[in-house]
Order: sequence, then C-alpha cells, then structure tokens
Amino acid sequence: MRPAGRGEWDSLYFTYPRFDPPDQRDGLTDRAPVVVVGAGPIGMTAALTLARDGVRVVLLDRKTTFNDGSRAICIARSSFHILDAIGALDPFVQNALGWTTGRTFHRGRQILEFHMPDGPDERFRPMYNLQQQYIEQFLWDAVAAEPLIDARWQSEVTAFRQDDSGAVLTVRDPLGDYDLPTDWVLAADGARSALRGMLGLRLQGANYEGRYVIADVRMAHDYPTIRRALFDPASRRGGTVLIHRQPQHIWRIDYQLRADETSDDAMREDAVRQSVAAVLRDIGHDGAWDLEWWSVYSANTLALDDYRAGRVFFIGDSAHIVPIFGVRGLNNGLADAQNIGWKLAHVLTGRADAAILHSYSPERRGATLDVFANATKSTRFMTPPTLGWTRMRDAALSLAHREDWAGALANPRQMTPYTYADSALTLPDDPAFAAGPKPGALTADPALPDGSHLSQHLAGVVVLSFGQTDLPADVVALPLPARGPVADAFGATDGTAYVLRPDRHVAARFHRATAHDITRALARLAGDFG
Amino acid sequence: MTHETTETVYDMIATGIDTAVENAGPDGEALFLAKLALALARDLNNPDRVAELVDLALSDLVIADL
Repeated sequence: MRPAGRGEWDSLYFTYPRFDPPDQRDGLTDRAPVVVVGAGPIGMTAALTLARDGVRVVLLDRKTTFNDGSRAICIARSSFHILDAIGALDPFVQNALGWTTGRTFHRGRQILEFHMPDGPDERFRPMYNLQQQYIEQFLWDAVAAEPLIDARWQSEVTAFRQDDSGAVLTVRDPLGDYDLPTDWVLAADGARSALRGMLGLRLQGANYEGRYVIADVRMAHDYPTIRRALFDPASRRGGTVLIHRQPQHIWRIDYQLRADETSDDAMREDAVRQSVAAVLRDIGHDGAWDLEWWSVYSANTLALDDYRAGRVFFIGDSAHIVPIFGVRGLNNGLADAQNIGWKLAHVLTGRADAAILHSYSPERRGATLDVFANATKSTRFMTPPTLGWTRMRDAALSLAHREDWAGALANPRQMTPYTYADSALTLPDDPAFAAGPKPGALTADPALPDGSHLSQHLAGVVVLSFGQTDLPADVVALPLPARGPVADAFGATDGTAYVLRPDRHVAARFHRATAHDITRALARLAGDFG
Repeated sequence: MTHETTETVYDMIATGIDTAVENAGPDGEALFLAKLALALARDLNNPDRVAELVDLALSDLVIADL
C-alpha cells in the first residue's frame, strides 16, 4: 500500500520499469529445456544458474514489473555466494548495507546485543540489508544481459499438463494464448503459486496468530545498520517492533498488531501513520519522515510434502512459507534455486544422470524443516502463541535486565546454511578429520595467500587438493598448500582432498585421498549411486 | 547450564503452564509454578541460594518505560 494520492508503483526513491509482453511472436511455442514460472528473486536466480551453465531457459512472469515494496530485505552471507556464482554480485556489494550486530530492548532498556560470526578474513558480512525491488532490479540486469534466458513479462500460465515425455504450459499474454512445451518446469510463482493449485497440491503446516504491519519510511535518522528489536515498547504495549536500516535513507519498521486490531483497520493510512509516529518516538526520532509503503503479514510454517511433482520442481515461497524472524524466506529460496539449477544443468548437458534430481526435494525440504525448528522458537518468543509461552517470554525479558543468559533467549537465531549430511549425493565422513567443514556443509571460504578468497576460484564441481594428492588421471584439482591457515580451515594435511558441489557444499572429503575415493565421490555427483 | 539446555527447560515450563491451565483452569498456573519452584528449591538444597533467586525473581516485576 502507498499513501493516498500515490499510485501502486509511485515510490519515493525507486522507479519501477514497465515490461511489455513479447512482441516477437515467432518461436514462442518452441520447446524449451526449462521453463521458470515467476521472475521474482528466486525465479531469476534459478534462470541465471541454468543459463550460466549453458542451459536455455524461458522465464515467465504474469506481472508488468517487479514486486512492489521492500519485502524481503535481509540477504545472508551464503546468499552473497549464490549471487557471486551467477555473476550478479557487484551491484549487491556496492549498494547493500552489511551488518553484524543486533540489539534487543525491553521497555527501552537494552537487554541483549548479539554479533553474528564475522572477521577480517571473511569475504562477505554475515548479513546485508537491501530492498527487494533492488534485489530484483540487479538480478534483472543480469538476466537481461544473458542470451540464454528468454524472459516474457505479462505472461500468465493458465493451464498445465505433463506426461513421461515432457510438459506443456498454456501461456496467456495480452497478445494471445499459446502452448509452450518443455522438459522441466521450475515453479517460482510465490506463496500463492498458481502451478501448485493446478497440480492440486497444498501447503501443510501451522499458522501463527502474530500479525505484523511492515512499513517503510524515509527519514534522516542517525543510527548504524544494527537490527533493533523492541519488546513491550510504549508504542506497542505487549507487542514487538523490529527496525532495520535500508539504503537510500529508508527504514523498515515491523510492528505487531494487537489481537483486537483487525488487519483491515491496521492497514488504513491514518492508523499506519499513527503507529509509525509512536515507534519513532520510542527510538527518539523527532525529525521529519515520509511514509513510503506498507503491508501486513502473519507468521506461518507451511511447506509442501514433496518439492517435486513429476517434471515440476517447486522453489522458494511456492514450496514453503516461513516466519520472517531469522530472515530465512528469501535466503532459503535462493538456495532452492541454486540447488535445482545446477542439478538440472548437469542433467541437461549430459554431465549427470537424472537420478540426481531425486536429491532436490529431500535436501531442500530438510533445510525447510530445519528452518521451521529454529523459526518456531523465534516466533514463540516474538509472538507467544499461548499463555505458557507468554509467561515464559515475559519472565525471560524481566530476568534479562540482570541476567545475560536470559537475554540470550531473545536471540533471533539468524539463518545459517543447511548441511546436506543425509543426502544421496553426500559420502560419509572420513573419521580422520578433526576440523573443517563436514560432508554436506557449505565450504569454508578462507583468504588465500594472494589475498583472494577460495570462493573466487570455484566454479562447477571442484576438487580441492592439499599438497601432494593421489588424483585420478582425468581430474584437474585446485591445488592448495598442505600447511597454513587455509589447510587449518579444512583440517587438511598433505594428501587431503575435498570434493565440492557447484553450490559449494562439501560432497565428500578424504584425509588421505586416493584416486578411487575421488572417482567415487565424483561419480555420485553424476548420479552413479552404485 | 548451556544455552541449548536453558531453551529446553524454557520449553518444558511453557508447556507445563499450558497443561496446568488446561487441567485446572486459570488458577492452575500459579499453583503449578509455585509447586515447581518449591520442588526445584528442595532439589537445590541451598536455602541461601534460594533467597538470592527469590530476590532476583522479585526484581524488575514492574519496569517503567525508559
């Protein structure tokens, strides 16, 4: 929503482009190896992952422009690695606001300051703030420059059918309807996924009572990029407020609605202005401010039982809805996109058997369930669902004025990458390791002696070879020193090897590798599970 | 006690409060918490420490806005 007198796309600081439907009609019905439905951040990331690995993609979106409003604003370090892998990183580094610290207040008194893991050797900060329309703009700039992506706006999928030989999407745009045949479909069409509905699938899980209004305001406000959480502030007695700094002097304010406030009443402009003004008084801002945009959400933990339905893979919000506390929605969606993107690319370019596609749903649904476990705890603290959880939350907040251990209960558990320990693509660990990322985990990214980071040398499946390693004759490995900080980060010694997946997760590691070990790990990534 | 264990205990007591109210109505909450505190204090077997923790629990019951 925007203030009266301003249109849906009339932002104070961002110019929404308008995209036309495809005017060139020849070739619209040509068979596409992959169709991605939904050109939000997740769909564009999937399309870029495929295209950069040599696969032609048709990208459909029913809208005329980007999603409206700042929406998902927190991008985790692991997502910056995904943006790096798809060649879209630079504008994010140049524009997003990095942060490491969060502060929690109870009735105006600080009861917790948490710091996410960071250090001078890290390539990226643990978290960045950037409005979603910029996320989409920067991804779109990369999509528009990619010749293998055929993006079609104002193009809505109205029907879908599939069989053993492929799938056909019926697409409607303002110039007509047509059938688009394809081998694979990625459903990135969001929380209200039309494809999910066409397949008769439903999200399963829990809805929470807590509802929040999210409002963006523009103001000159002198506070660093530190996430603030206010419990029981004067502006929202009994409720919670979150405040984030974004680029362009835009501040995100999330405030919880009381049980007796209807969403319709709370969404009225005068109500939003009144609530925002009260929050700004709480944080000592007495200067001018402009209201930019607002929306409302409630916390849910919902997911499909299976993220695959035949030739369709669900990615992002079409597959799972998670509470915002801990910033896992966008970041897990990006991981979905990269996960299925590299696997499909390897299958379609003959580098892997289609058997590896079976690993997508267990890996990413496992990540969702892990998110649910953490997000449920965060949500219970932010919006306690029952008397018992309310009492314990209030007890923790009261104790936190004198006891640090109680304040730690207010830690929002920010998103951490999931470990695919049980995946069919992951080999069991070598017990000789005393340190380093375990099989399934995201790789470490130490600084190398030349000042670059390991991640800057990774593309596709990579074998890291420490010192003198027994390698198969046809494998080119990335050589690394057997001693020093890089070896220490991997718990490596002379002869150690790690096999990394294209998404930079560890597929296998061997303390003293043999050529047979490495061949076995590479074969598994190619779908040979024998 | 580790943070993880503290969280586990937090969850157990929250669930206990809800069960007490479900089984005995609104009064069940205070009775449950008093019983739990007494049983824990006896388990602690340290009256001086219990006195300190009573003082801690009495602190900040009402917090004025800053």
